[in-house]
Amino acid sequence: MIAHRPGPLRVVVYEGAGSLPLEASMRTSLFAALLDRGYAVTRAGPASADQVEGATLVVLGRFAGVPPEVAAKSGDRVEVCDVTGKSCDEAVELVERVRGETPMNRPGGVPADTWKPWFPVIDPVRCTNCMQCLSFCLFDVYGVSVDHTIRVENPSNCKVNCPACSRVCPEVAIMFPKYHAGPIDGAPVSETDVGREKMKVDISALLGGDIYARLRERSADAKTRFSRERSSDAALAERRRCLTKMADAAAIPREVLDALPSAEEIQRRSAEAAKRAQEAFAAFQEASLRNSPSAP
Amino acid sequence: MLPASTHNLPSSNEPRILYCRCAFAQTIPDDVKQRVLEGLSESDQPFEAVADLCEMAARRDPHLIELAKGNRPLKIAACWPRAVKGLFHLGDAPLPESGVEIINMRTLSAEEVLAAIAAPMPHIHPTQSAEAKQ
Repeated sequence: MIAHRPGPLRVVVYEGAGSLPLEASMRTSLFAALLDRGYAVTRAGPASADQVEGATLVVLGRFAGVPPEVAAKSGDRVEVCDVTGKSCDEAVELVERVRGETPMNRPGGVPADTWKPWFPVIDPVRCTNCMQCLSFCLFDVYGVSVDHTIRVENPSNCKVNCPACSRVCPEVAIMFPKYHAGPIDGAPVSETDVGREKMKVDISALLGGDIYARLRERSADAKTRFSRERSSDAALAERRRCLTKMADAAAIPREVLDALPSAEEIQRRSAEAAKRAQEAFAAFQEASLRNSPSAP
Repeated sequence: MLPASTHNLPSSNEPRILYCRCAFAQTIPDDVKQRVLEGLSESDQPFEAVADLCEMAARRDPHLIELAKGNRPLKIAACWPRAVKGLFHLGDAPLPESGVEIINMRTLSAEEVLAAIAAPMPHIHPTQSAEAKQ
């Protein structure tokens, strides 16, 4: 998985003073081609060129052979490319050449270079900092910020297509914008959603007992059978059977469940997560009390 | 000489326009996002376009802060308002309480999106405006 690569450069299509406007069709194709390769693009008119400090900026325009001077901030690199008479592909090639070998997240690239932005997004209006998500997630996706509020700390740790934490959130405050249905995709939350999600808070109850105990128990059974039958297939089948119920209850993809560590490791991680959540919740409550108007 | 850094036209109240391509996943219908891009390209308006707000939020791109803090109103053509606000929050760039309108390309037609971009900014609370666009 690829994540947290810095944006390598930004592109400005400049059509202000000293340049001729692009044909509308060329402009659309150029924007689409650059965006579909992962670049951010700004269309700048007169007196508007925008720039991020420390970034590499590529300015494209029809400058009729006389590229303008660009005032760059210290530490910034600015490349001006004249696209007069160039096709869309040739203009994109100019940008790619400036980028060189600098890595970037690219949509729809070769498999090793493809990354799906899949991670939880917290609705700050709905979130009550109950820390259930922190307690639930075994992959350290969540953390606590300096003000003791919940925070998505390691988005790249999240398991692609797994929205399980959003199912355990009692306030329906966790979204996965790339999910296919509401309210998890960010659609408005209805009263029915709140009721339904509340029912799912306790997955262990849905499974008829403590989820980790159940996993442990199943694992122990499978181990016994495995030693008896010497069949890894049987152990795998048992694990699958146990996990099917979880998958159905929380819409967790099977491959995510199959990739879970051993029951002992799950138990260790869940205890650790629960402890962090408990401490964070206590700190949050303490801070809230301290900051409340009625505090002494 | 091009200015090193200007935030578009500070003296104007014309809203800035931000278009999200949702390039990393197909959650916005292709024809809608393409026709909206065509409409923006055919207009005279400057605009910002990003490949994917989700991707930028995941790596906490500082460009999000710049987009959120501009001194002019902002219209964002992307997806669900709740999700967009959450993404900016995740990117340490919370959107201001007012002066932001989020237009949902996930549910509106391209014509509706372009009409919303062209319309004057409503002088109501952003949450109300967002709900109106759902």
